[in-house]
Amino acid sequence: MRASELEDVFVTLLRLAVTDLPQDVVNSLEQALKLESNSTAQSQLEAIIENIKLARQRSIPMCQDTGIQIFYLTVGSKFPLISEIPQILENAVRKGTQEIPLRPNTVNPLFHKNPGDNTGRYIPWINWKIVKGNDLQITAFPKGGGSENVCQLRMLTPGQGLKGMKQFVIDAVIETGAKACPPIIIGIGIGGGADICMKLAKEQLLRPVGQRHPDQRIADMEEELLEAINKTGIGPMGLGGDTTSLDVHIDFAMRHPASFPVGLAVQCWAARRASATITSEGRVEFTSHRVE
Amino acid sequence: MPIYELTTPIAEDDVRKLRVNDLIYITGTIFTARDEAHERALEWFKANKPLPIDPTGLAVFHCGPIVRQMKEGWEMIAAGPTTSTRMEMFEDKFIEAFQVRVIIGKGGMGSKTATAMKKVGAVYGAFTGGAAVLAAKAVRRITDVAWLDLGMPEALWIMEVERFGPLIVAIDATGENLFERVQTSVEKNREKAYKLAGI
Repeated sequence: MRASELEDVFVTLLRLAVTDLPQDVVNSLEQALKLESNSTAQSQLEAIIENIKLARQRSIPMCQDTGIQIFYLTVGSKFPLISEIPQILENAVRKGTQEIPLRPNTVNPLFHKNPGDNTGRYIPWINWKIVKGNDLQITAFPKGGGSENVCQLRMLTPGQGLKGMKQFVIDAVIETGAKACPPIIIGIGIGGGADICMKLAKEQLLRPVGQRHPDQRIADMEEELLEAINKTGIGPMGLGGDTTSLDVHIDFAMRHPASFPVGLAVQCWAARRASATITSEGRVEFTSHRVE
Repeated sequence: MPIYELTTPIAEDDVRKLRVNDLIYITGTIFTARDEAHERALEWFKANKPLPIDPTGLAVFHCGPIVRQMKEGWEMIAAGPTTSTRMEMFEDKFIEAFQVRVIIGKGGMGSKTATAMKKVGAVYGAFTGGAAVLAAKAVRRITDVAWLDLGMPEALWIMEVERFGPLIVAIDATGENLFERVQTSVEKNREKAYKLAGI
């Protein structure tokens, strides 16, 4: 396994992510169009589905906001090149920016400069999990600005509890309205602490649409919240309709007795992600997309 | 829903007859402007400096596109709308200064913009958020670019388009605002949503 081979896989992941939505997302949008009763909403869902097909055919980014580059890595401790992965990812992002192309989106928040290659201090951002084994599992998760801008943290009191969580989520979705390009996917993280619940919330956006939490009580809560959110009538692009959210995913960590932190992460309809498993010998399997 | 085809430069009368929920397609010249381009355009207007393009009767597109530099000129790759509310602080002055007839974006705009639209004769056309390839498909060519020092997303991209749309008229020149209408009905649904969630 050479660094250059790994770089090629990472560039492919970036390309797959921004040009081709995973089938679970496409299916849920098509299903929503079948069920939608509002004609303006239908026109928006039709435009979205047409756009996804065009992007796939032409292999160009489905949305001009190709996001900030975030990666989720689960690395076997025996996988070679571990310490080189950050540099290889950075090179891949630079190369992908030119070749795919990606919009140059990294801006220095203090001094305003955009280096033009989607890299810079701490970006690409890498979420690491080190496990036993030889393989690398990696997901490219380019995150757009419109839906990121409406993510929220609420430090509830334990007394407010789950009811408070549900009200916070419904109120936040209503406040968000059209801004996050609905239909949206909602990730909720409960417990841990301020940073931990936000991290959990965002990780929920990686879960395929329609996949429920393994704990039935949490799965029921996900479905209940999804139905409630779709009752608001915000609709695709906030122009009204039955389809406001495609799915709600919840996870939790243990909490401090005095705290009830809730993180809310929001994903636009362009729920871009691409995953692969790479063995220590360099065998590559793309797990989110069919690759010829 | 009624469908209208507009060609730039668009006459005031042609936008005054449009109503909320109508569908429009635009052919002719449109240009992009985001936060920083709005700010600079208004500074230049104040200083009596002409813009790089005569904006009268054109459509402004809230968009930071992906473009590729070719041997000669530029190619539009992806050009979906950005969130328009960020431009709410500039748009009323922008419409009055430059007499643009259509503002294209996503997510809608507020009452200051709606008031200026009523006064000057302009509409807000909502383009499907994220549908960047659909938008780029309607771009026949990029005719010019200005203010590239602001970066690719913030620069002023001037382009020739053919049947750019569909755009849903979401604010019309009577001041009617579809997003506010939806917000009012969403507000009525809040209690139903709480109930379904067991609150």
